[in-house]
Amino acid sequence: MKFRHAALPYMIWSSVFVLVPLGLVAVFAFTTGDGAFTIDNIARVSNYTPVFMRSVWLAILATAICLAIGYPLAYLMSRMNGVRQRTMVMLIMLPMWINFLLRTYAWMTLLENNGVINSLLRLVGLGPVRMINTQGAVVLGMIYNYLPFMILPLYSIMTKIDDRVIEAAQDLGANPFQVFSRVIFPLSVPGISTGVTMVFVPAISTFIISRMLGGGSNMLIGDLIDAQFLGNAYNPNLGAAISMVLMVFILLVMSIFNQFDDSEDREGLLI
Amino acid sequence: MKKLLSLGLALALALPLLLITAWADEMDYSGMDLDYYTRYKGQGKSLNVYNWGEYISDGSDGSLDVNKAFEELTGIKVVYSTFDTNESLYAKLKTGGSSYDLIIPSDYMIARMIEEEMLLPLDLTNIPNFEGSINERYKDPSFDPGNRYSVPYTWGTVGLIYNTTMVDENDLIDSWGFLWDPVYAGNMLMFSNSKDAFGIAFKMLGYPINAESKEQLDRATELLKEQKPLLQAYVMDEIFDKMTGGEAALAPYYAGDAVTMMEDNPDLAFVVPKEGSNIFTDAMCIPKEAKNKELAELYINFMLEPEVGLANIEYIGYSTPNDRVYDLLDDEVKNDPVRYPDQELLDSCEYFVNLPPDLAAYMDEKWTELLSSDERYSRMLMPLVMLGCIIATISLNTARTMRKNRQPHN
Amino acid sequence: MMKHLRRFYIGLVMAFLYLPIGVLILYSFNASKSRSVWSGFSLRWYRDLFSNQLILSSLYNTIVVALCASVIAVILGTAAAMGIYSIRNKWFKSAIMNVTYMPILNPEIVMGVSLLLLFVSVNQIGAGITAVTGIPMPELHLGYLTLVIAHVTFCTPYVILNVLPKLRQMDKYVYEAALDLGCSPSMAFFKVIIPEIMPGMATGFLMALTYSIDDFIISYFVSSATSQTLPVTIGAMVRKRISPEINALSTIIFVVVLAALVLINLSALRQERQLQKKQGGGA
Repeated sequence: MKFRHAALPYMIWSSVFVLVPLGLVAVFAFTTGDGAFTIDNIARVSNYTPVFMRSVWLAILATAICLAIGYPLAYLMSRMNGVRQRTMVMLIMLPMWINFLLRTYAWMTLLENNGVINSLLRLVGLGPVRMINTQGAVVLGMIYNYLPFMILPLYSIMTKIDDRVIEAAQDLGANPFQVFSRVIFPLSVPGISTGVTMVFVPAISTFIISRMLGGGSNMLIGDLIDAQFLGNAYNPNLGAAISMVLMVFILLVMSIFNQFDDSEDREGLLI
Repeated sequence: MKKLLSLGLALALALPLLLITAWADEMDYSGMDLDYYTRYKGQGKSLNVYNWGEYISDGSDGSLDVNKAFEELTGIKVVYSTFDTNESLYAKLKTGGSSYDLIIPSDYMIARMIEEEMLLPLDLTNIPNFEGSINERYKDPSFDPGNRYSVPYTWGTVGLIYNTTMVDENDLIDSWGFLWDPVYAGNMLMFSNSKDAFGIAFKMLGYPINAESKEQLDRATELLKEQKPLLQAYVMDEIFDKMTGGEAALAPYYAGDAVTMMEDNPDLAFVVPKEGSNIFTDAMCIPKEAKNKELAELYINFMLEPEVGLANIEYIGYSTPNDRVYDLLDDEVKNDPVRYPDQELLDSCEYFVNLPPDLAAYMDEKWTELLSSDERYSRMLMPLVMLGCIIATISLNTARTMRKNRQPHN
Repeated sequence: MMKHLRRFYIGLVMAFLYLPIGVLILYSFNASKSRSVWSGFSLRWYRDLFSNQLILSSLYNTIVVALCASVIAVILGTAAAMGIYSIRNKWFKSAIMNVTYMPILNPEIVMGVSLLLLFVSVNQIGAGITAVTGIPMPELHLGYLTLVIAHVTFCTPYVILNVLPKLRQMDKYVYEAALDLGCSPSMAFFKVIIPEIMPGMATGFLMALTYSIDDFIISYFVSSATSQTLPVTIGAMVRKRISPEINALSTIIFVVVLAALVLINLSALRQERQLQKKQGGGA
């Protein structure tokens, strides 16, 4: 079929609006406000090591917990009958129809010192627990917002695991642990890889969530970038440098992760 | 996938909402120069106004909807949007591409914008209300000599807001020092903007409110680091919900907002500490990119109308520099020490000025350091982590290639 | 025992997912503006919603931008998928696919920032040309145009990734047969290929629409006062205080989506049952 040229408009489009902008990020990162070349911006990024490390750490934590919560759920879902499966997928997607900022805002109401949870605790005579404005709250916000991105790719991979394969393993004498480690887990690796990417990337680059739930002192790398462009410390060149470092870091992490995933297509990436 | 199908239904439901409009209470236009205000009527003009959040009477709770009243009077459509700090306003203007016609920054930011030629000079003959309205004290301010670029909108002080039921009744809250009192650990909020936070630290140290040297900034940073473990959070406008909801006992904020909070929660009180504080003026300016300078001047004039000014001041709780508005206020408000403090207190307050670029940059740096100071990481850690990732990628890749080469496809 | 444990676990996760939504819906009926104090049942926010110009115009902007962006994305993406499918050069193909994955895998904040830099740079270059040559260059304002460009950019990959598998599943000889039987290429395209890839296009369109409507981060960087979408407006509000009308609007959307999903699921269920019955009757 001769449709080779049909991709041309898209190639032009993505060159102008994907590649050129990313090139501009690099240009800004290596220039001063007056346009002269400098590596000062990149060097200054290391001043923000604490912010960077905190973002990495919280994102890893959130991703790990999402995996721990999402994996069993995705498995249970994949073993249900058709109607129930559909209902579960629907129930997991439904919250995404409410803007994530509003849902995070609702968490503020839940977690505050005089919030819903502490009021309930007080009823049963337990003292108020400090939950809002902690790193724990930020991680909770990340888990809450990105959990569906973990569950859905895992689920879509796991539905492809044939029940008969599991039965065969059982018939051949595998104990439940072996069934998991030798059959289910290896078959679900592509889903894990996709799910981890889809949670880790937004989690490490998030902003606003940290401000809403972390009380302003748990600054993340996304907040830092925001501050350089539309926030308090206007300095687009430094902002571009931080964005570039973040992007390179994520690419590196993803390429490490891809080593464990041999499949050609990124299956399950699409919900 | 199927959730998406339902979208059409959602849209179908949402669209009719757009067709319905309701009307707020009508305004009395008598006493206004109608010829002046209606000269652009029917020309389909519009005006982009960029203001602080909740900084205008917007028709909620039975107040006057100022923008709607302006639209009805003049036939000019107001496109209204909001910012949350002077610095984000500055960033938005510097970035360009947005074409605002009217902005309301604070004093030091106006000075900076004048210096960087970001504002258009006003034509005061187009703003006839200026002369008879603005109090002499607020004319010809230090940040804009001769009011060439700005017309004051509001003014106010910074002080401590506290919840009388949550502070020790033996404590007479009158000093910034209470923000360092371990008794209130976990019960205090602090400004999440560098200017105001450093200002408080400077006053604690007995310095002038504007940084004069890097050493002063270093000392202030140390002081703020001592305070950090005692704080519940760094906040800006989130403070409204937190203080009225009894989430915190003590916090510094702007007097006008304190008034609003005290209306919602009578347990709250406000004081300007004895060490002195910051006094500010927010003023209306026209940015260089403005497309409709005359319309913006018309809007400024409208905002100075006594009835409009009164609606705004009553709604937002700040203090007015407009004599004709002040005269309309109740005696109770006129004598309110929060909004209209006596001369002695005002004399203890200082304006912020536009800092020299190197000090401003240093302050930013120290501020970020403060916000991320509880973890001690070496600066080398980040390059090392990146390097580690690169090595890991390469070695894994080689390992895999070697494995593949050793076992050709079976 | 195991069964109860399973149920308990699923229930726990669901409770986690729906707890904040419950709070949000509850407070949309709160009589006062407060986010934390319950002061009685009231429908006032549902009434006020219809007179809140800011929310209504943001909703309107959101819908306009999402529809424009999704339609463009579907056309651009379907054409691109056809092209990519026909390209034989493996290296070239994987290069295009990598660029396609970029908007999906790149952090949104970097996408937003990079597009902002592009738009700002275009204006600066334009101003530079004007300064040198005296020819006035049109200014690119942040607004509908930049929003639609940005949304098309991150939506098109989803269309491509949905259409490509459908093309691969298609029997390519059908197209050639149509040509042999006297169809012009364009006729064959519309009569043979389009029906085959229609499900992929539809899914791509709906995904584009959803992502566009929900996008906050990229829109935050490329929109301006005159073109705020609903998420951007909400983003400005959460820094101060959410006006409860937004909660009311979200509740309405939530209920509508829920109802639609239940209806779709029920009708799918009925169809399945009928199918089973027919098959059962035939056997």
